[in-house]
Amino acid sequence: MASVLILFAHPVFEKSRINKALIQKISDLEEVTLHDLYEEYPDFDIDVEREQELLLKHDIIVFHHPFYWYSTPPILKQWVDLVLEYGWAYGTKGTKLRNKKLFNAITAGGGFNAYQNDGHHRYTIKELLIPFDQTAFLCKMTYYPPFVVHNAHLLKPKEIEAFADDYLKIITGLRDGVFNEDDLVKANYMNNLIGKPYTL
Amino acid sequence: MEIKSFLFQAVVYLASAIIGVNIAKRMGLGVIIGYLFAGIVIGPFVLGFVGEEGKDLMHVAEFGVVMMLFVIGLELEPNLLWRMRKLILGLGALQVLITSLLIGFIAYFFGQTWQSSVAIGSILALSSTAIVMQTLSEKSLLKTTAGKSAFAVLLAQDIAVIPLLALFPLIATKIPEMETGSLIHDFNGWQQTLIVLVAIAGIIFFGRYLLGPIFSWVSKTRQRELFMATALLMVFAIAELMVIVGLSPALGTFLAGVVLANSEYRHELESDIDPFKGLLLGLFFITVGATIDFKIIAANIFTVFFLVFGLMLLKAIVLFVLARFFGVKSDQKIIFAVSLSQMGEFAFVLFSFAGQYAIIDQALISLLISVVAISMALTPLVFLLNERVILPRFFTKVKQERATDDIDEQHKVIIAGFGRYGNIVGRFLRANGVSATVLDNDSDRVDLLRKFGYKVYYGDASRFDLMKAAGAEKAEIIIIAMDTPQQCLEMVSLVKKYFPHLKILSRAYDRNDSYDLMEAGVDHIYRETVDSSLRLGTDALKMLGFRAYKTHRAARTFLKHDEKSLIDLINLRNDSSSYISVAKEKITELEDLILRDLKDEQILERDMGWDNKALRKGMAKETND
Repeated sequence: MASVLILFAHPVFEKSRINKALIQKISDLEEVTLHDLYEEYPDFDIDVEREQELLLKHDIIVFHHPFYWYSTPPILKQWVDLVLEYGWAYGTKGTKLRNKKLFNAITAGGGFNAYQNDGHHRYTIKELLIPFDQTAFLCKMTYYPPFVVHNAHLLKPKEIEAFADDYLKIITGLRDGVFNEDDLVKANYMNNLIGKPYTL
Repeated sequence: MEIKSFLFQAVVYLASAIIGVNIAKRMGLGVIIGYLFAGIVIGPFVLGFVGEEGKDLMHVAEFGVVMMLFVIGLELEPNLLWRMRKLILGLGALQVLITSLLIGFIAYFFGQTWQSSVAIGSILALSSTAIVMQTLSEKSLLKTTAGKSAFAVLLAQDIAVIPLLALFPLIATKIPEMETGSLIHDFNGWQQTLIVLVAIAGIIFFGRYLLGPIFSWVSKTRQRELFMATALLMVFAIAELMVIVGLSPALGTFLAGVVLANSEYRHELESDIDPFKGLLLGLFFITVGATIDFKIIAANIFTVFFLVFGLMLLKAIVLFVLARFFGVKSDQKIIFAVSLSQMGEFAFVLFSFAGQYAIIDQALISLLISVVAISMALTPLVFLLNERVILPRFFTKVKQERATDDIDEQHKVIIAGFGRYGNIVGRFLRANGVSATVLDNDSDRVDLLRKFGYKVYYGDASRFDLMKAAGAEKAEIIIIAMDTPQQCLEMVSLVKKYFPHLKILSRAYDRNDSYDLMEAGVDHIYRETVDSSLRLGTDALKMLGFRAYKTHRAARTFLKHDEKSLIDLINLRNDSSSYISVAKEKITELEDLILRDLKDEQILERDMGWDNKALRKGMAKETND
C-alpha cells in the first residue's frame, strides 16, 4: 500500500461547496494524510523541516487547490519555493523525492471546452500545468495527470457528490495500486482512469 | 488680633492652601511643603491672619490624621505585607530601631530627658511616605531594587507609628485633660483591659461580617453621597468608640482599616475617604505651619541648619549600611539611602501628640518641626544632586571608559526604556543583527545588559545631556518605550525640540495616550495591548471552528479599521467639552467605536477576488445566454 499526502490550499475554504465535498470524502482514510496549508500556516510562516519530513513519509503527493489564474493560491507557491530546497529536492545531491509521484487535483470555474486551444482559455489544463510537470521532473518525481473538476461554480449538489466519489476512488485507487502505470502516464485527466472521461 | 468670623477664616485657609500648594508643586516641592508654607504665611509671624484660634482648629485638623491612619490601614493588604515580610521586618524594622537609638542617644547626650530622647529619636527616624513615594514614582524607580526596599521601609515606619502612639501616653509627664471623655475610668485595671479587648474584637467582627451587608444595603439606593456618609460615619463611630474605651482614635481607625483591607469595598472606602483626608490633612499641615515659632528659629538659625544636615547625613548613612546587609547593589544603595534621608509628615503628627503629653519641650518642638519641614523641602534637591553629581561620578565609570572606543560604532537606533515593552523590541532588533543604544534608569538592569555587551546609558532618558551622550545627534530612529505615558510624552517633546531628525516610534498605553502622542506629532504609535488582544481573539475564533487564515486576515483587517477610527476620533475628541469626566468620555468613546464597527461590518467581508458567489451568478447568466 502506498501512502498519499494531500497538500490542500484554499484561502476561503469555508465558502467552497465543491472542495468541502471533496475534502470530506478523503479525510480520515488510512495511509492518506490531509495537510491543510492555510489552516496550518495562516501567516505563511511555513515550517520547512516539518514539511520535508512529511514528504519523506509519503509516496504520492497531491497538490489539491482551486485553479486560480491558471495556477495555485499563493501559499502553495510559497510552499514550493521554500520546501523544495536545492540539494534536498533537486540538484545533483537533491534526491530525497526521487521516484515519488506528484499530481494536481484542481477545481476550475471554466468548462472542459473552455480549456481547449480554440476555447476561452486558449490552452488545455495539461498545458497550463507544465510548470508542475517540470517541477516534478526536476525533483526526479513522476508527474501524473491532474484530477479536474470543471464548471465548479455551476455544479448541482448531486454532481458535486458524484465528483467527491470520483476523488475518493482515485485517491484510494492510487493508494492501493489498482491503476496501471502506463495508463496513468498516458491519461489526459486522472478522471479517465475511473471511466469518467471529460470529452469534447 | 480680634476674633475673625468663620467665613473669613475659611477664606483665608482655603485661599492660602490653593496658592501655597500650587506654588510648591510648580517648584517641585510637593503638596505638604505647600501647606506648611501656606500656614507660615498666614501665621502670626508673617501676615498674622490667624493667631490663637489656630489651636482650636488643630483639633478639627487632627481628625485628618485619624483618617490618614485609616487609609494607611486600608492599604496594608495582608498579602502584600506577607510577601514583603522579610524586607519590612528586617530592613524596615532595623532602620527604625537603629536610627531611633542613634538620634535618641545624641538627644540624651545634649541634655534631654530620657522620655524626650526616646520620642525625638523615634519621631525623627521616620521618613516622608508622601514625598518619597511620589518622587520615586515620578522617576519610575518604584520597581527597582532601591524603590522596593524604600517602599518596605516606609511600610515598616507606617506600622511603627501605631506603637509610638501607644507608647507616648505611657511615658507622659502630664496627662492632658481631653482624656476625661473616657467612660471607663470607674472600672479597675483588668476590667478596663477587658473592655478595650472587647471593643477591638467588636471592630474586627463588624469589619468582617456586618460592613459588607451594610454597604450593599446602602449602595442599593444608588446615592453616592449616602455611601460617602456611611464611610464617614464608620470612621467617626470607630474613633468615638476608641475615645470611650480610652484608646487613641488613630489607633482604632488604623485597626479598622487593616480589617477592611481585604474587603471588596476597600477601593470605594478609600476613594470616599480620600478627599476628606486630603483636605483635613492639608488643614493640619497649615496649622502646623502657622504654629511654628520663628523667634526661636531665628535665634537658633545655625543649630537648625546643623540639625538638618546632621540628621539627614546620619539617616542616610544608617540606610546605606543596612542596604549593604540586605543585598542592595551599587548605586541602588545610594538612591535608597538618599530617598529616605528626610524626616516625614508623621513627625508633625507625633510632635503635636508628644506636645500634648509634655514629653518634649514646646520650644524644641518648634525648632524640630522647622528642621523636619526644611529636610522635606530639600528632598527634591537632594535627589537632583544625587542624579547629576553623585551617581555619574561613582557609578557610571563604565560609560566613560567605553565612550572613546564607541565612536566608530555609532548605533542608528536608540531605545529609551528597556522595561517589559522595550526589552522585547531590543531583543528582536538584536536577534536581527541591529544593535541599539539603550537608555534605562534601572541600574540592576543596566548592569545586566552591559554584561551581555549592550551599549547602555544609565539615567533618566528625557535628559538632554544623556540623549546627546547616547549619540542622538547621529542616530536615525528613537524607540520610546518608557513605563508611563507621561514619561513617553516628555521624551517626545525633548526629541521634537532638540533632535527633530529622529524618527520616533512610540509605545502608547491606550487610545487616549495615543491621541496625546498624535497631538505631540508622533507618526508611529503602537498601543501596547492591541496586537495581543487581537491574537487572543483570533485563537478564540479558531477554537470555535473558524478557519485559521480567515481569522488571521480578519484580525489584520480589524487592526487597520481600528487604527483608522483612531485617526477619525481624534477630531471628535477635541470637540467634546472638557467638563465631561474622563470615565464618561471613555464610555462615549467605546460607544462610538462599536457603532463604527457596526457600520463597517462589510469591511470584514472583502476579498472580492475570491468571492465565488458573484462569479457563480455571472457564470450562470453567461451559460443561459
